[in-house]
Amino acid sequence: MFSFLVKRILSGSLIVVLVSVMIYALFWYGPKSPALELCRRDTNNRCTPAKLVEFEDRLGYSNPIYEEYGKWAKGLVADRTIIHGTSEYDCPAPCLGISYRDKSLVTDQFKERFPVTVSLAVGASALYLLIGVTVGVLAARRRGSVADKALVASTLVFSSIPYYLVALLSFLILTLSTSVFPEAKYVPFLDDPLAWFSGLLLVWLVMGLYGATAYTRYSRGSMVEALGEDYVRTARAKGLRMRTVVTKHALRSALVPVITIFGLDVAFLLSGTVFTEKIFSLEGIGKWGIDAVNIKDLPVVQATTLVLAVSVVVMNIIVDIVYSILDPRVRLA
Amino acid sequence: MSTAPTSGDPYLVVDDLTVRFPTADGLVQAVTGLSYQVELGKTLGIVGESGSGKSVSSMAVLGLHDRRSAQISGSIKVAGTEVVGLSEGRMRELRGNAVAMIFQDALASLHPFYKIGAQLAEAYRTHHPKATKKEARSRALEMLERVGIPQPDKRIDQYPHQFSGGMRQRAMIAMGLINDPSLLIADEPTTALDVTVQAQILDLLQDLQQEFNSAIIIITHDLGVVAEMADDVLVMYAGRAVEYGSAKEVLTRPEMPYTWGLLSSVPDVAADTNARMIPIPGAPPSLLDPPSGCPFHPRCAHREKVPGDLCRTELPELLPAVHGEGHLKRCHLADPEAVFAAEVLPEIAPEMVEEKR
Repeated sequence: MFSFLVKRILSGSLIVVLVSVMIYALFWYGPKSPALELCRRDTNNRCTPAKLVEFEDRLGYSNPIYEEYGKWAKGLVADRTIIHGTSEYDCPAPCLGISYRDKSLVTDQFKERFPVTVSLAVGASALYLLIGVTVGVLAARRRGSVADKALVASTLVFSSIPYYLVALLSFLILTLSTSVFPEAKYVPFLDDPLAWFSGLLLVWLVMGLYGATAYTRYSRGSMVEALGEDYVRTARAKGLRMRTVVTKHALRSALVPVITIFGLDVAFLLSGTVFTEKIFSLEGIGKWGIDAVNIKDLPVVQATTLVLAVSVVVMNIIVDIVYSILDPRVRLA
Repeated sequence: MSTAPTSGDPYLVVDDLTVRFPTADGLVQAVTGLSYQVELGKTLGIVGESGSGKSVSSMAVLGLHDRRSAQISGSIKVAGTEVVGLSEGRMRELRGNAVAMIFQDALASLHPFYKIGAQLAEAYRTHHPKATKKEARSRALEMLERVGIPQPDKRIDQYPHQFSGGMRQRAMIAMGLINDPSLLIADEPTTALDVTVQAQILDLLQDLQQEFNSAIIIITHDLGVVAEMADDVLVMYAGRAVEYGSAKEVLTRPEMPYTWGLLSSVPDVAADTNARMIPIPGAPPSLLDPPSGCPFHPRCAHREKVPGDLCRTELPELLPAVHGEGHLKRCHLADPEAVFAAEVLPEIAPEMVEEKR
């Protein structure tokens, strides 16, 4: 277990470093100068070639790439002072740079926005499992019945509607016109758990119910398979209650494939949910990242991309550990 | 209410059992009009090819068929209690308790995620709700020891994949016997095992039967297993009984060409080198659309000996055989003994024909 963790954390770190180098290089060598957007904005669209060079100098693009990347990477562990033209900014470690747009510290922005995204991810993913797996198991138990067929058909219809439409309609109908739910609002959990819950409830329901349709299908499928296994027949032949047979014997096997998909889904939720944040006006890192891409705000893009890379790596390690707990035949090595 | 059965009373009586499964393609007639009985301390061997209804009929004894998809009629009495139509709750009290079943392929039949000991203890505690975890564990340990698993105190905390094939089947048997069942149904218990281990498992079952005086049904396609284990034999074909009687009668004086076919297709290393192994031609019939008349007629080498078109048009009744008390057969042949002696025996066991001369 220990050597597994060390190995996986080392290889995971390597992946994260490679991703950050790639993002840096893409910006650096991309078709348009990374300073162009900023130059246009700050000169009211009168960015002359001379002005552009000035902006490139100011952002450091006239230095060699490894030097600039080195400065950025060093900032993760050591305090650094960032000089933009004539202005100087103190950036304490872990420093992710400063946003080109408003010169704010990326680390501070991240600390403010990431809890919003985490809250959304926690609620939505809990509903994926709670609703998706429960309904999937119930459908598998009644496979072939009218209820099962209706359920499978309705999840297909529901998940064929684009997500942004579902989210937008829910917002328009449930918040704007009928105020069944109050306007979505993020309140830190530690400040007021109740407000945290009620402020995000609608958003969770929209994300969770929509995502749960896929989980209903996965878990129904793997549950149908598990219920057909010989060891489930053995469990029934022992005289166990059907409920015990389903939950203890069939479900445990059926969860294994579901967990894999769940791990990746959580990683993607943690890297931000653009539509959800935009529609419900929540300041998470998804919206932040998209806005940063539009104006080529490299430090912010770098930060949000790293969140995805780290989430994927961490969730994969967690999934492997959960695997080994569920299935004793899996050895962590 | 039934009284406690003693040795000699039939413990299990199956009467006119029919099991059908409606499917999208039509009605599958898995078992039709099947009757047999087993006494305590005795072993019944049910023989037949894949799809002949062996497993389906014994799963009906435990009520393991899906109630929504299986149509079951007829009567199954376990110690005098009618099981067909019994409530799920009452059925559950029987399962794994008075009637236990062990399956072939113990690797697939044991849960891969739970320790052997936990799976045995679960079977015990289901029917002994007052037993503590500790009691259940020591009972599991006792059973593992009884079925001859070495180092049971270590093995009890291992998973099925850490056991060898023979050990897994022993553990399966230990689980089947943990609640002292009066009837044990063993569905091809030795099929996935190599020959030496097969013999050990059969010996073990015989020992345990003597110790606990339980009734055993052994389902197999291997007549060698039947010869070794069974007191009575039921030969099934296309969901029906085609020959039924004491093992001695059925194996030495078979009167149904399908049984002859089974006997001819048993490989025997000790046999005369002139003996031939003759497979039964063709494949088992579809149970969706069974052949008319005798279901075996398309594969039967002796159908020409029956006058008229009887084999093709009329299903023979299960009637007393020429020889032996309680020996039943389903065949139109007028003198099956003569045909067996003249045509079948010289092919499969020439040495026996020599002896007779």
